[in-house]
Amino acid sequence: MKKIELCTPISEENIRRLNVGDYVFLNGTIITARDLAHRRMMKYMAEKKSIPFSLEGMALYHCGPLVKAHGDEWTVLAAGPTTSMRMESFEDGIIENLGVRLIIGKGGMGEKTREAMRRYGAAYAAFTGGAAVLAAKCIKRIIDVKWLDLGLPEAVWIFEVKHFGPLIIGIDSHGRSIYEEVRAETLRRLSGIIKDVISE
Amino acid sequence: MNLQSLIEKLTVNLLWLAVTELPADVKKALQDAYMRERNPVGKIQLKAILENIQLAEEERIPMCQDTGLISFYVKASSGFRGLSKIEEALMKAVKRATVEIPLRPNAVNPFTQKNTKDNTGRYIPYIHWSMIDEDYMEITAFPKGGGSENMCALRILKPADGLSGLKRFVIESVVDAGGMPCPPTIIGVGVGGISDVAMNLAKKALLRPISESNPDPIIASLERDLLRAVNSTGIGPMGLGGDSTALALKIEYAHRHPASYPVAIAFQCWAARRATARIHLDGSVECLSHRGRDLL
Repeated sequence: MKKIELCTPISEENIRRLNVGDYVFLNGTIITARDLAHRRMMKYMAEKKSIPFSLEGMALYHCGPLVKAHGDEWTVLAAGPTTSMRMESFEDGIIENLGVRLIIGKGGMGEKTREAMRRYGAAYAAFTGGAAVLAAKCIKRIIDVKWLDLGLPEAVWIFEVKHFGPLIIGIDSHGRSIYEEVRAETLRRLSGIIKDVISE
Repeated sequence: MNLQSLIEKLTVNLLWLAVTELPADVKKALQDAYMRERNPVGKIQLKAILENIQLAEEERIPMCQDTGLISFYVKASSGFRGLSKIEEALMKAVKRATVEIPLRPNAVNPFTQKNTKDNTGRYIPYIHWSMIDEDYMEITAFPKGGGSENMCALRILKPADGLSGLKRFVIESVVDAGGMPCPPTIIGVGVGGISDVAMNLAKKALLRPISESNPDPIIASLERDLLRAVNSTGIGPMGLGGDSTALALKIEYAHRHPASYPVAIAFQCWAARRATARIHLDGSVECLSHRGRDLL
């Protein structure tokens, strides 16, 4: 498969070029956020408080890394993706208001996110779930960490990454979702599979 | 070394082994899945998994950042003195492992949302005890990630639905779970008993080595049929499509009440982490899950 190298900040034009199934590696800045960080971003937006990092053109990574402290310094040992669907109720608002271009996670996201991606020009990339050491190897530097009060996994980690991947475009900015397509195919097969296994 | 300090030390090492190195049977199953996979996207996922396993093993780093919530299965001979101190030793080992390996702190109070930061808490790590009439004790460390755990399902079927209901429930649960539990998974199915027994059996099924079928040939054949059915759904590695949705499917059963037919399904992600030690009465220790490893 053809590999595509992508760099942050990512332009809308570059995102619109991506299609479901594309095989991508990312260079630049990724910002982690999971459940609590999403909730806080929404709260800050509602209260018109400024968020202490910018997602404009960036990649948001659903990840709660395993880090090791050495005094005031941290090293990232393992940083695979977490299940993205938990962030489904927040993500359309984040895409619409904060200008994020790429969401990285695992397991895919739902219709609301797919629609926001189509409308505002963003995409969802799947990183192999559990391949956490591979992910950590691509993290060259911790640029910053915010909201440490949320706890280590829930804090917002800002990483510099090189050749971060393999990423597979799971939802593109044209309204297609590999997850919905796989699911539709599975559901098409389902009654036959159940019929066969029951008759065995 | 007294029993308590021996258990503490070996358990830290068991946890270390569990989170950094998959048992040989799981590695082989993943390699086989990679060879068999026909979907190019699925194949990329399996290749990343195999690379990750190797990196984690070489560098002794946890293979997944979610080092799970920890359970132990302890089978003990009453011949040991100081069995009542084992829980304390396991607790201490978990706290030490959290710092030394490290493990991600994952024990959260469900009411205050406060993380204890050391992976211990009320009933955590959870310890499953059984007494055995042997000259040894076995401890299995079983750290289990949240992604697969979130997809576990329990349903009390109508006895009239019986086997067909069971098959339908398994397939539908796999389809509902999609890519969430990090496929290719290992699927444990617990049938019968009362509700808690069914889920306990489903979890216990996950501990069985991949190549080991249920000793009952009828159940073994059901395991094969259901595995084939699951792998024809097309969900594939990480739900991105492909042939490898599950590496294995294991069934355990208990007798049921005439009015109920409980079925529990436990998913285990591809990072099927477990490590088992056997401790003999003379204090000698062997590692059963990772042959030849020194645990002390």
